[in-house]
Amino acid sequence: MSTQLLTYLFVGASFALYIGIAVWSRAGSTKDFYVAGGGVHPVVNGMATAADWMSAASFISMAGIISFMGRDGSVYLLGWTGGYVLLALLLAPYLRKFGRFTVPDFIGERYYSKTARLVAVICLIFVSFTYVAGQMRGVGIVFSRFLEVDVATGVIIGMAVVFMYAVLGGMKGITYTQVAQYCVLIFAYMVPAVFISIMITGNPIPQLGFGSEVADGSGLSVLQKLDSVLTDLGFSTYTQGSKSTMDVFAITAALMFGTAGLPHVLVRFFTVPKVSDARKSAGYALAFIAILYTTAPAVASFARLNLVDTVHNTAYEQAPQWFTNWETTGLVGWQDKNHDGLMQYSAGADNEVKIDRDIMVLANPEIADLPGWVIALVAAGGVAAALSTAAGLLLVISSSVSHDLLKQTLMPTITEKQELLFARIAAAVAVCIAGLFGIYPPAFVAQVVAFAFGLAAASLFPAIVLGIFSKRVNKQGAIAGMLLGLIFTFVYILYFKFISPELNSAENWLLGISPEGIGFIGMLLNIIAAFGVSHFTAPPPIEVQDLVDDIRIPSGAAVAHSH
Amino acid sequence: MSVQPQHHASENPSVHDHNDHKTLSEQNAADYWQANLRLLAKLLMVWFAVSFGCAILLVDWLDQFTFFGFKLGFWFAQQGAIYVFVALIFIYAWRIQVIERQFGVDDDAEEDSL
Repeated sequence: MSTQLLTYLFVGASFALYIGIAVWSRAGSTKDFYVAGGGVHPVVNGMATAADWMSAASFISMAGIISFMGRDGSVYLLGWTGGYVLLALLLAPYLRKFGRFTVPDFIGERYYSKTARLVAVICLIFVSFTYVAGQMRGVGIVFSRFLEVDVATGVIIGMAVVFMYAVLGGMKGITYTQVAQYCVLIFAYMVPAVFISIMITGNPIPQLGFGSEVADGSGLSVLQKLDSVLTDLGFSTYTQGSKSTMDVFAITAALMFGTAGLPHVLVRFFTVPKVSDARKSAGYALAFIAILYTTAPAVASFARLNLVDTVHNTAYEQAPQWFTNWETTGLVGWQDKNHDGLMQYSAGADNEVKIDRDIMVLANPEIADLPGWVIALVAAGGVAAALSTAAGLLLVISSSVSHDLLKQTLMPTITEKQELLFARIAAAVAVCIAGLFGIYPPAFVAQVVAFAFGLAAASLFPAIVLGIFSKRVNKQGAIAGMLLGLIFTFVYILYFKFISPELNSAENWLLGISPEGIGFIGMLLNIIAAFGVSHFTAPPPIEVQDLVDDIRIPSGAAVAHSH
Repeated sequence: MSVQPQHHASENPSVHDHNDHKTLSEQNAADYWQANLRLLAKLLMVWFAVSFGCAILLVDWLDQFTFFGFKLGFWFAQQGAIYVFVALIFIYAWRIQVIERQFGVDDDAEEDSL
């Protein structure tokens, strides 16, 4: 069977599975729709969280980014995993005890204010939409590369599938499809990684192979060899950083605190039965995530080494098969500047080889000479990663509209049935907007996805943590903090990325912190403003202080199952 | 001692039950919270030490040591810190449950997981 046919088969079978699950797990109430009924087992929730979390960026791009950034790429590995420690220790158990439906629910009740709820809704929609646009684009790209349909058709197919299970099943449908998607994506990631590790080092475990000797008799370890070949070609040393320590610190912090403040991840912890389950579930989620996140840096180093070994100074006629296969997609390319028929790869102006970072994962199966079904599997895995994250994001957008904006603010008299209908309509509208972003990506989308984290870190994270750990922070403090954090971070990014991009270099940055890391400073400002303003205004009413006391104690959170 | 499971009126978010934990003395709740904060402080120190410490601030110094073929600082940055993060969450889940039982505020008696 041809690879093309296998790919259709795998992607088609996975879609049939997701839609089957959606039909089986239709939501019957708002509670089903928002929090999957509240009875999800912690391991199941952990797996769903992992799929929710690992997006097209984690699956397709992350290893490639690390591959080209070397040690500086660690900011993503540390930031996107370390945030789960904060989530499990400082947020998830208390939000579960609070036991409502959405993140703005918590902020609105804890800060006894519709304004605070609305500010939270704005932060949430802003963060989630920038993020979801990138996912739909990811679906389109995987489709166009593996199935040779154009990006727009790919996006529409992806939208139709997400529409089926997000609109029908809500959180319940999403939870169980995400479990299936996790299995597909992790298998698709690990199979090529194991084979490429065997090919380069002889060790089947990528995490160990990464530190082993290269199986070419040179006696050098993978990283030593990589350092030496890259410096020979004029690149910086792989195992050393070129970003300033201050900037690496700030970016890592912004990504960590942002991860812990992302609404589509937080809301997953509303679905488990008990407070203790919320903690365990965060542990399982991170363990499932860590499988991919500890493999990615290994894949990054193997792929880079293999690239230099097989491509540099090779005659074009003898180029490896994967190179010529992927040339048609424009992801790799060769321009014979010195007309010697050899492909020179270097850091300087004489470089002749163009390599897109996404190739590192997508072409892995071909690099390791694996059969067609593995290539088909990687395609299905990439689509699973993008769809699962898109669905989670669409759900928090729709629930913040139907629940926080309509039911709690504008139309408090609607019945549960009407609220559920509005939730479905909001999800459907959100799918369409996300699809449009995918087909007609605004030029800034790729740029801003990374900033969703900075904005979440500077706005939502401090408001939630202070709401749990301080009884003194009040409505005025929280609103001032969220607005200051959000506006400061937004303006800093806007200034350096869009208004004066020519000034975007270390000497002009505040404290040497790049726009990627500025969310950390935004978060500190948020906290200072929250305490400062609260100090000069009245403390929260006594019933709110009681609420804080209540969420600090784990007992008493069990939900009444209605069926 | 253990509290009776009390069911939130979670279908109706506007209801706030003031008597949620009346069987607990306020002092007991405050002591539990202090114990929780002490545990959190210890674990977050480890969290900071492996990530911002070993993987960022001390990375160049640690790189002089070799660990399973890796430079140690680099290993923390791309592998070690992540393993420690996973361990920290499970250690917290386990230790806090011991503390909760001690103070009688655990949720064991309540509805089991599926």
